[in-house]
Amino acid sequence: MSDRSHTNNRITRRTAAIGLTIGAVASVAPFTIVRAQGAALKVGVLLPRSGFQAGIGQDCQRGVDISAGILKELGLPALEIMNGDTETKVEIARSRAEKLISDGAQVLVGAFDSGQSTAIAQVAEQKGIPYIVNIAAAPQITEQGYKFVVRNFPTAAMILGDAFANQKEVFETAGAAPKTAVFMHVNDTFGTAMKGGIGTVMPKFDMPYSIVETIAYDPAARDLSVEVAKAKATGADALLLVSRLNDAILLTRELVKQRWTPMAILSMGPGWYEDQYLKTLGKLSDGPLSFVPWYDPNKPLSKKLEDSLAKAHPGVNLNTNHVYTFEALLVAADAYKRAGTSDPAALADAIRKSNITNNVSPGPGIRFNEKGQNDKVKNSAIQNRDGKLVTVAPKVAANAKVEWPLKPYDRRS
Amino acid sequence: MAAEVYLNVAVGGVLTGLVYGLMALGLSVIFGVVRVVNFAHGEMMTIAMYIALTLFTVFHLDPLVMLVPVAAVLFALGYALQAGLINIFITRPEHSQFLLLIAIAIIIVNMLLIIFGPDSQNVQTAYAYESFKFGELIVDATKLYAASTAIVVAGALFGFFRYTPLGTAIRACADNQTGAVVVGLNVKRLYALTFGIGAACVGAAGCMLLLIFDVTPSVGPAYTLLAFVIVITGGLGSMAGAIVGGVLIGLIEAIAGLLFTPSAKSMFVFAILVLVLLVRPQGIMGQRAV
Repeated sequence: MSDRSHTNNRITRRTAAIGLTIGAVASVAPFTIVRAQGAALKVGVLLPRSGFQAGIGQDCQRGVDISAGILKELGLPALEIMNGDTETKVEIARSRAEKLISDGAQVLVGAFDSGQSTAIAQVAEQKGIPYIVNIAAAPQITEQGYKFVVRNFPTAAMILGDAFANQKEVFETAGAAPKTAVFMHVNDTFGTAMKGGIGTVMPKFDMPYSIVETIAYDPAARDLSVEVAKAKATGADALLLVSRLNDAILLTRELVKQRWTPMAILSMGPGWYEDQYLKTLGKLSDGPLSFVPWYDPNKPLSKKLEDSLAKAHPGVNLNTNHVYTFEALLVAADAYKRAGTSDPAALADAIRKSNITNNVSPGPGIRFNEKGQNDKVKNSAIQNRDGKLVTVAPKVAANAKVEWPLKPYDRRS
Repeated sequence: MAAEVYLNVAVGGVLTGLVYGLMALGLSVIFGVVRVVNFAHGEMMTIAMYIALTLFTVFHLDPLVMLVPVAAVLFALGYALQAGLINIFITRPEHSQFLLLIAIAIIIVNMLLIIFGPDSQNVQTAYAYESFKFGELIVDATKLYAASTAIVVAGALFGFFRYTPLGTAIRACADNQTGAVVVGLNVKRLYALTFGIGAACVGAAGCMLLLIFDVTPSVGPAYTLLAFVIVITGGLGSMAGAIVGGVLIGLIEAIAGLLFTPSAKSMFVFAILVLVLLVRPQGIMGQRAV
């Protein structure tokens, strides 16, 4: 008996090997999953933090700054943010994306600008790393059949479609509409995409105004006096714009100096609602209407985002830059939680299958179609009012009535 | 398009061009005497713009009022740069001088970036949004003040070089360096003084340009390029040529933007540069090398 028991208790090489194998599988496999869920996801955030888009890039950064607390509150995993500065240059955006990936970034987010985002998308696809576009409207980004690229932001055609629909709603509310407009746009990737879109989208909406002149200009221009003189000379009722931040400020200054107040300023891009625009121009910033991807002030998460921003950056109004940068990080964290791993293919797959209804932007939520485009995100019409921003259309997301027409610049204190 | 539109745009172009001219004047003076091409010219002007900006932000001092002190600071900077660094390179091959000044330019841009950040900034003077109306002509007040000051500063500089003993000595040095040494002039000191005067010009121009344009650390290289285009068009080393070149470039930028597409106005500026190099390589007011 003692012999048998001795024999039974003896550890042979075979049992040791089996035991070790089972032990290794049992210990290592769960550990791998735990590590994937426990470790922060490394997110490379590419933004134009310097160069002529620096103001907007840094504004987007505010959306990054306030994300950690909200994501934690939503029960989502932590993100380790790796910052990259595109310097407002396409070639730098490309090299920074490569650098972030080589430094261990598991997801890329950015980059505000269509040209820079297009370059980053190419890198992400080549390297097989998921890339979530925060802000960029050039249609081609999600028309290339990319597997690792998604965009939670409308395309140029979507922006224009919503812009014209919201403009008609605004004109109806105001009881007046311009008959002619000058279209001024930056000649970068976004501006030219929007210009191309206007030709095809506008006729479908039977707009009350016609475009009498189109003026393209350099987004890095130091002086826009000639552009404004040319626009003024047409005698158009309204200014239709696709601009950036610095040029929006320059244009307003020139409007004041050249003593021209059009009936309305209808912007379909960034610039006119930015905090820097409001602070730089004070009372002169009141009045312009921006028809842009915005946020639904009636959604619960919007309130949370507003509160976080007010706490982190007192006096700064919540805007597109914060909202869509935050939502890009929300998509990353949500997908990471569902995927349970940072494996790029699994993460990209989880991102594609996102279905986030507790979000901030207008529309039913964040879902991507087969091209990786959120085709349900809606735009709003917002107006600058006493240094604040109010939503005037569509009715479902509005919290104020439009003020019409633009108050003459020479009658503002 | 109505005639008054052309007139308004042309006047605006000439006024901006006068300030451009003063900026380029500094480059022309330095090259005319020291024979060093200042690749950090625009970056030095950016320093002046930031000094004026800081004085305005902290003490609410108008850049036009601070023009003389800022120019004096830039004079000291230019003098120190030439006396302490560039004079060492004066006998070395030209490419060594180019590399030195490009390195200085890069250092300036990055230092400004560290100190002031990348945001574009400007001054909001009481007259920032004012304009004068003469019939159909609307003149931007800031451009008018800046251009008038540029004329006064340029006039003072012409007077200095023409009528003062020091100005005459510098001109002698520019005309014949060996001769200047023979008659006992301290050439290296005159070089440092000249570089200082050139830097003071960009200091004054920086104060005026700050009234018209925003400043960011990254605008320096664009101004350096603009200054080169102006002095090559006007005539490298010619003081009057710098002013004429500045006005011409300002005017062409404005009219080309109005007649064609504004986004292509730089194209016309460079087209003029190519034309001048083809037809009159020494520049409009320059003298052909013998």
